[in-house]
Amino acid sequence: MTAGTRAEPLLKIDNLVKHYGVRGGRKPAIQAVNGISLALRAGETLGLVGESGCGKSTTGRCIIGLEQPTGGQIVFDGKPVEHGRRAALTAMWRDMQYVFQDPFASLNPLMTVFAILSEPLRLSGMKAAETQARVAELMRLVGLAPEHGNRFPHEFSGGQRQRIGIARALALNPKLLILDEPVSALDVSIQAQVINLLEDLQDQLGLAYLFIAHDLSVVSHICDRIAVMYLGRIVEVGTREEIFDRPQHPYTQALLSAVPIDDPDLRGRRKRIVLQGDPPSPANPPSGCAFRTRCWKATDICAQAVPALEPKPQARQAVACHHAGALTAEPA
Amino acid sequence: MTPANQGPPLLSVERLITEFRSAEGTVRAVDEVSYQIWPGETLAVVGESGSGKSVTAMSVLGLIPRPPGRIAGGRILFEGRDLLTVPPAEMRAIRGKAISMIFQDPMTSLNPVLTVGFQIAEAMLAHGDMGRAEAAERAVELLRTVGVPNAAERYQQFPHQFSGGMRQRALIAMAIANRPRLVIADEPTTALDVTIQAQVFEALRLAQAETQAAMVLITHDMGLVAELADRVVVMYGGRVVETTDVRTLFHAPRHPYTRGLLASLPRMHERSERLTPIPGAPPSLVNRPSGCAFHPRCAHSAGRLPCRTEVPAMREVEPAHWSACHYAEELQDSRERVEA
Repeated sequence: MTAGTRAEPLLKIDNLVKHYGVRGGRKPAIQAVNGISLALRAGETLGLVGESGCGKSTTGRCIIGLEQPTGGQIVFDGKPVEHGRRAALTAMWRDMQYVFQDPFASLNPLMTVFAILSEPLRLSGMKAAETQARVAELMRLVGLAPEHGNRFPHEFSGGQRQRIGIARALALNPKLLILDEPVSALDVSIQAQVINLLEDLQDQLGLAYLFIAHDLSVVSHICDRIAVMYLGRIVEVGTREEIFDRPQHPYTQALLSAVPIDDPDLRGRRKRIVLQGDPPSPANPPSGCAFRTRCWKATDICAQAVPALEPKPQARQAVACHHAGALTAEPA
Repeated sequence: MTPANQGPPLLSVERLITEFRSAEGTVRAVDEVSYQIWPGETLAVVGESGSGKSVTAMSVLGLIPRPPGRIAGGRILFEGRDLLTVPPAEMRAIRGKAISMIFQDPMTSLNPVLTVGFQIAEAMLAHGDMGRAEAAERAVELLRTVGVPNAAERYQQFPHQFSGGMRQRALIAMAIANRPRLVIADEPTTALDVTIQAQVFEALRLAQAETQAAMVLITHDMGLVAELADRVVVMYGGRVVETTDVRTLFHAPRHPYTRGLLASLPRMHERSERLTPIPGAPPSLVNRPSGCAFHPRCAHSAGRLPCRTEVPAMREVEPAHWSACHYAEELQDSRERVEA
């Protein structure tokens, strides 16, 4: 579902930087996000993937204004996001909403579903009668029975709670949802229900999704384009086919090869790259390319220069690697 | 590795019933569960939250808190002895020596004020007839076996100086320290990132190669099952619903729940337009559906009476393939995944 228009993207991120603990000065700053640029078109799903600590959730939280970026610019729907200006953010949140990972922690246990879903409507000035109808409509939209509006979150299963979280995000007809690991807290048999729901809602409402996740199978199913992050930077960005079928960055290749495949016939027949060591600390990232400490292709230049994220002659996607290329030789 | 189904099983869980008292009455978390594991084999126990997969393992280890828990029936035969009748002191001697375990959360399984090396050596000193120096030497060797770099230096460090993946490897080293005959691993990689998971798989493989121990792998991750298991037990609502070898399970499952689970998974290299979820939610143990616990979500049941009234028994529907479905025969020719 690629929106083929040449118009301005719905969301444009330019050189976003977020460092924590800069002002105290005694400890080194945590460089959570280190200059990332992204664009997201209306109606599109962009996956933001990477392992814990790579900065993917921080990026999402900067976009919606829950975190104040250290540097860079975010433009949403033609207007720069004004961090720290509450009124401007509140206005923006009509069009941009966040769905959290944990449907147990993100709903107020003392509020009924009706109260949870009507709150944004009431704050936007909707009349009581209209609110009733809209809450019922929202509940039907996400596959919940409107007569259950007087129940509390604990009376619902995990999957149903995530539906409530999605309904709340949809209350004011947003253009963009930031979905932060929306299915990873759910049982396997429930995940597919929520993924299908998200796809249906996108078809019906023309929403754009920024889908933050670490589960690559889910990402490959739902995303049009994918950005792979490592230690605060994007290392590769391209279409689903480019990333999954022809990855060019060694980290993307290692990440894909590490995913267990649920076919016992393929056991031992796949090339598996087992990376050595752990990701470096974002408080003290390596010079040059942050991945070089675990990379089998690393040479001197990797320690000297941060590789630019740019298209390569052999591939259409942008890759930030001095030695980008298809996986041919076995890593040492 | 092929299942070594000759000879007596190493562990045989027989009609085990584990109950918990709760505010809403007695909850039967494990309801007549039976499974066997033979020496050297890897048995995956698969299920969602509330399926009883972990409670069964805790029952085997004698780690059910009493009260509120209680083993209300069945036998757990390990090398022919019923662990449910073994005196506590003897059970402590078995646990950590002949049977060891690896838990999901590596942070809470290690003592933060003792060095990692000391804790591994302690596991050997508690059970073995080994001297302190020898135990220390073997601990370093074990850390090396499971892929911890600079093992001698790491031996001296505290858990907080280890990353999550390193801690999990230290726990694997500890689990194999006394050359157990059975290792029970409960979601050993769930808390870890993908690239670290791959490292821990390797460590598990190395550990198993080193000790020839049998392994019960408790997980909800079908990818992990496909990569590691010889045989699989599928649990749902406190009962075993299907068990067979790993290839048959993936290619010709004979229980509607297993089929539904496999069909619902998104796959990296198959881009179907739409996933096929199982409708509804896993059952609450307090309010388990009558008859077959899966019937309210089952596409095959279609309101048939036996599904609602009779708990289906495990039946051998094909040699070495058991299913607890009244209509398992109807699922015989549905091998769409093989042909796909």
